[in-house]
Amino acid sequence: MTGLRIEHISKPDLDINAHGDVLRICPRGSWQIETADTLEKLVASVRPLAQNRAEIDLSGIEGLDTVGAWLLHRAYCGLEAKGVSTSYHFGNESQERLIEQIRKHDACMTSPPQTEPVILRMIEDIGIASITIVSNFGALLSFLGNVFQRILLSVLHPGRIRLTPLVHQMEVVGVRSMPIVGLISFLIGAVIVNQGAVQLRQFGAEIFVADLVSIGVLRELGVLLTSVIIAGRSGSAFAAQIGSMVMNEEVNAMKTLGIHPIDVLVLPRLAAMVLVLPLLTFYADIMGLIGGALMAWFTLDISPSQFINRMNDLALLNELYIGLIKSVFFAGVISVSGCFQGLSVEGTAESLGARTTASVVESIFLVIVLDAFFAVFFTTIGW
Amino acid sequence: MIKAEHRDPAILHETVDGEIVISVRGLSTRFGNHVVHDNLDIDVRRGEILGIVGGSGTGKSVLLHSIIGLRKPNAGTITISGIDQTSLSTAQMKEARREWGVLFQEGALFSSLTVTQNIQVPLREYYDLSARLMDEIAAYKIAIVGLEPHAGSKYPSELSGGMKRRAGLARALALDPELLFLDEPTAGLDPIGAAAFDELILRLRDILGLTVVLVTHDLDTLFTTCDRIAALAEHKVIVSGTISDMLASKHPWVHSYFHGPRSRAVQMSRGRDKSDGVSS
Repeated sequence: MTGLRIEHISKPDLDINAHGDVLRICPRGSWQIETADTLEKLVASVRPLAQNRAEIDLSGIEGLDTVGAWLLHRAYCGLEAKGVSTSYHFGNESQERLIEQIRKHDACMTSPPQTEPVILRMIEDIGIASITIVSNFGALLSFLGNVFQRILLSVLHPGRIRLTPLVHQMEVVGVRSMPIVGLISFLIGAVIVNQGAVQLRQFGAEIFVADLVSIGVLRELGVLLTSVIIAGRSGSAFAAQIGSMVMNEEVNAMKTLGIHPIDVLVLPRLAAMVLVLPLLTFYADIMGLIGGALMAWFTLDISPSQFINRMNDLALLNELYIGLIKSVFFAGVISVSGCFQGLSVEGTAESLGARTTASVVESIFLVIVLDAFFAVFFTTIGW
Repeated sequence: MIKAEHRDPAILHETVDGEIVISVRGLSTRFGNHVVHDNLDIDVRRGEILGIVGGSGTGKSVLLHSIIGLRKPNAGTITISGIDQTSLSTAQMKEARREWGVLFQEGALFSSLTVTQNIQVPLREYYDLSARLMDEIAAYKIAIVGLEPHAGSKYPSELSGGMKRRAGLARALALDPELLFLDEPTAGLDPIGAAAFDELILRLRDILGLTVVLVTHDLDTLFTTCDRIAALAEHKVIVSGTISDMLASKHPWVHSYFHGPRSRAVQMSRGRDKSDGVSS
């Protein structure tokens, strides 16, 4: 035997003929899954004639599997439903076993599964979504409360602060993201000068590219770009790491060992992010300014000393502070969102993926909303 | 050869000593410097339930993975139904795998699909069936593994361990395989669930004419379901045969495995069951 089924397949057929008062149904050939298409059509053609008795004779079948037997039994059920008393004639014992087994479990053949109407399912979906939103919000509030309580306790008992994970997270979040953050800021600074110069040249005011790039980068772009990169790079990592620990029951193990998961998992990440994101933002500001200055030097012949002089004339310290203050809040949003989504994972791989995605989308969204809020706020107070 | 004939269960029991379906010769497996199998031989005969036992780390699961082609052996040949598995093209491999059902530990159901959709995955992959027929086949497979009909619309995360195992078995049986491979089918189940699963495997073997290879630690499974047992130790199969061959073996590991307190408990309870059966 070669083991390849396809070589044993012969064309299936179905002879239906009347023998006195008995309708004889004689399937032939291969009644197997490979020929299921033909078989379904053959079986659909079985209709009761004048006879009120029928016999299905399986002795002409050359190969029978579950699908073939199932379809024959469909014919059987169809005849029975029309009041034709039907019986089987088996060619061998294995056929009989197959049919017998199917007969025991043929409930689904006579009663097709009920499906709910679409409108009901839509209402159900809306209801489920509403409940999810409300309960998610409640869970977030309770998580925030928990985090604040643990922060307070840590401040009162500074000895309990875990330094090793804190330093490790600072390295992972901060040091290792320096190349990408630096490169992107450098390029953005250069691009702003390059594109800004095109407009400013019309007024002969090329030197003002220094204003453009320094205010733009220090106040908005440095912190915003850094936050978006860190949300994608570290916020998602927080969610995935904590989520897989939840799946592996490590979080439950911590609770039973008397370790508060928020102390170990959330606080070091939150603290690391709050310490590191302002530093990264400052670094991004500098890289953006260097990029701008170099672009100005090469394409506009504004020397670095001219560029720095122009920057000195501006009151840039406020712009720098605004960026750094915002970065502290963005750090909180990114790390809380990542850790909260990670702790909300529920045991399946799919939920881990969904929560990780949610943490990135949510934190970028919140960063931008907060940034808009700060823009209005700082303008109002006259900074 | 005609399928229905060579799978006739009535003949199968008499031919347990007969045709060899799976033949492994000179199998060697290494992970780096760590030798798992060295020149291992094992045979599986048509219609039997073969249990593979061995201590932790003796490579039971690795052997199973090698047989089903998930791991390429470092040396040796694996012949299934007369075909050398190592020489197959990708297309031939796919065709050959159609004849096998594999139940992984914990069921390994696709978590994003319902049980019904899980069972339909192999049907969709190999054939183009009508939606009605696919639903009916899935419902039938769900019924024969002893799950409730409404389990079909559930996701794996909503099922208990035993139900996941049964759903995984239903998926393994979707294409009417000739060979069924089970990796620790009863591990982690409660005794009632494990006994029911053993009974299910025996029943399905008789109805569907399966040849079953299972890796297990469960002494009850070994005593109640397995026709033959292969014991792995020292990188090879040291003893293979019926349960009485195992009990008679003088090899220290096999002896301590089949004469340990747990094994004695199983034998005692089985002895008691039998005498109860006679007296009643």
